[in-house]
Amino acid sequence: MRLSYGDRFFTGFIYTFLVLLSVTCLYPFWNAVVVSFNEGMDTALGGVTVWPRAFTLENYEIVFQDSRILHAFLVSVLRTIVGTASAILCTAIFAFGMTRSELVGRKFYMVACIITMYFSGGLIPTFLLIRSLHLFDSFWVFIIPSLISVWNMIVFRTFFLGLPAGLDESARIDGCGYWGTFFRIVLPLSGPVIATLALFTAISHWNDWFMPSIYINNENLIPIQTKLQQILNSNIMTEQMQQLDSAAQARLSAMKTITGKSLSMATMMVATLPIICVYPFVQRYFVKGVLVGAVKG
Amino acid sequence: MAQLEVDLHQRRKERPAIIRFLRQWDLQLMVIPAFILIVIFFYLPMYGTITAFQDYNIFKGISGSPWVGFKHFERFFNDPVFGRVMRNTLVISFLKLFICFPAPILLALMLNEVRSRYFKRIVQTISYLPHFLSWVIVSGLAMSILSTENGSLNMLLQSVNLIDEPVGWLNMPEHFWSILISANVWKEIGFGSIVYLAAIAGVDPSLYEAASMDGASRFKQMFVVTLPTIMPVIIIFFILAVGNLLTAGFEDILLIGSDPVLRPVADVLETYVYRMGIESQRFSYATAVGLFKAVVSVSLLTIANLLARRSGNSLW
Repeated sequence: MRLSYGDRFFTGFIYTFLVLLSVTCLYPFWNAVVVSFNEGMDTALGGVTVWPRAFTLENYEIVFQDSRILHAFLVSVLRTIVGTASAILCTAIFAFGMTRSELVGRKFYMVACIITMYFSGGLIPTFLLIRSLHLFDSFWVFIIPSLISVWNMIVFRTFFLGLPAGLDESARIDGCGYWGTFFRIVLPLSGPVIATLALFTAISHWNDWFMPSIYINNENLIPIQTKLQQILNSNIMTEQMQQLDSAAQARLSAMKTITGKSLSMATMMVATLPIICVYPFVQRYFVKGVLVGAVKG
Repeated sequence: MAQLEVDLHQRRKERPAIIRFLRQWDLQLMVIPAFILIVIFFYLPMYGTITAFQDYNIFKGISGSPWVGFKHFERFFNDPVFGRVMRNTLVISFLKLFICFPAPILLALMLNEVRSRYFKRIVQTISYLPHFLSWVIVSGLAMSILSTENGSLNMLLQSVNLIDEPVGWLNMPEHFWSILISANVWKEIGFGSIVYLAAIAGVDPSLYEAASMDGASRFKQMFVVTLPTIMPVIIIFFILAVGNLLTAGFEDILLIGSDPVLRPVADVLETYVYRMGIESQRFSYATAVGLFKAVVSVSLLTIANLLARRSGNSLW
């Protein structure tokens, strides 16, 4: 089909716009990668944009030698693995129970769940609750409150209800109870939905910085995102300090070859690393997952 | 088969619920522990909101703290901060509703016009990426790009002679809203477009053929075919967005607007609750502010849904 001039202009505009958008989406991130691989003092001279000018691994060496950052990274890894596995398992079991029409009180459970999607107690009452449950400064504060997600339960439930009903009957005839049916029949068939929800849960665990920032004081339990936030925050402060006092600025920069900026960019890359590694491989899953969520929304 | 089901159904009806409940203890065991967690972590905090009507004392708890009625609400409404916080909340929410909400729709419409699958795939993959970065990372990127010390934006503007001196974008109250909104669009535009693209994929291709037979240009087809067909999806998401209208944002504002200089423009209901409650430990006061926000939000959601029902699309 031949395109008219108007259509050609229209298409040209769209392609140009999309290219610009892609560049805008990628550039800030790419620039951070470049800065993290560039010598700090050299970066401070300016002009480091799309390629490292003075390539170095120094920034990463410092980050990986900093035991606090490494420790925070491990806390994050542990939290993400334990939190995701337990949350997915518990929510899936709950969802399976909720698919059974013979469940006594099913309507009541469902209404009670849906109410929580519209109303919540808010930040302060939750804070006071966590405090009175003695979850303060405990690793379990990352795990227990997020074991059950109503939203994920509904997605799981929708998926389970879509499985052929005959499967369940034949499992029953072969002597499976509810738990047997769940673990032997339903769970093995739920690969796609588990992958999707596990990915989203893992990312929210990995990216969470706020909960630890209010519930955790113990330095040994701080995950990487919260650590990074502390580092970035202190950077603003030194930046302000430098702007005020030029003598202090000179002393500071004479002391280090690594600037605060190059260091925080390297830490940022370390904090993003797992996501960057996983993201391209699971992309096809999450597109499907968003749709499952959206249809039932 | 159908007869059997009817029989089973009747027999089940005959037994009292408590017997049926005890008989299916293994099934209940799948649901009850989860339900207890929901009660603890969702319903107990709802009960906890009554601290808004008390002078909550952390050692005495809810049962021991004195009741004070609407004192904290009155104090909040009479506080000079009230006007500022409400203005910021409304301005930021409306900016998000009118800029961040339509942006993914526009992107989906544009992506739909792309014929090269390869190109489309690349644009999508790149534009999804920011969604998966935490707000801490995004705020770090914003600091880096907007920094006075060799931030890319200042370098770019200087190289085309738009500015002479580097501008400290992040410490200037007049730029905070645009930075905040840009960061939000940047983060979510790609990912938000997924649902709309899926809705567009469901459009009947014969409609496009008919439209082009009638002489509609590609641009026109977007308005007369694509947009009307995905309207129900847009309306549902719009209702949800309106329900969140007073939720101007939390992490993004807390992180990008952390500089005290920005407080006059960055203070919104949620960050105010955080500052009063967590930082200053004024628990009852902060709970009252939070409750005020929740009540207004639910009302907005109900109104939006009523309006949507008039147009034939609603959530409930």
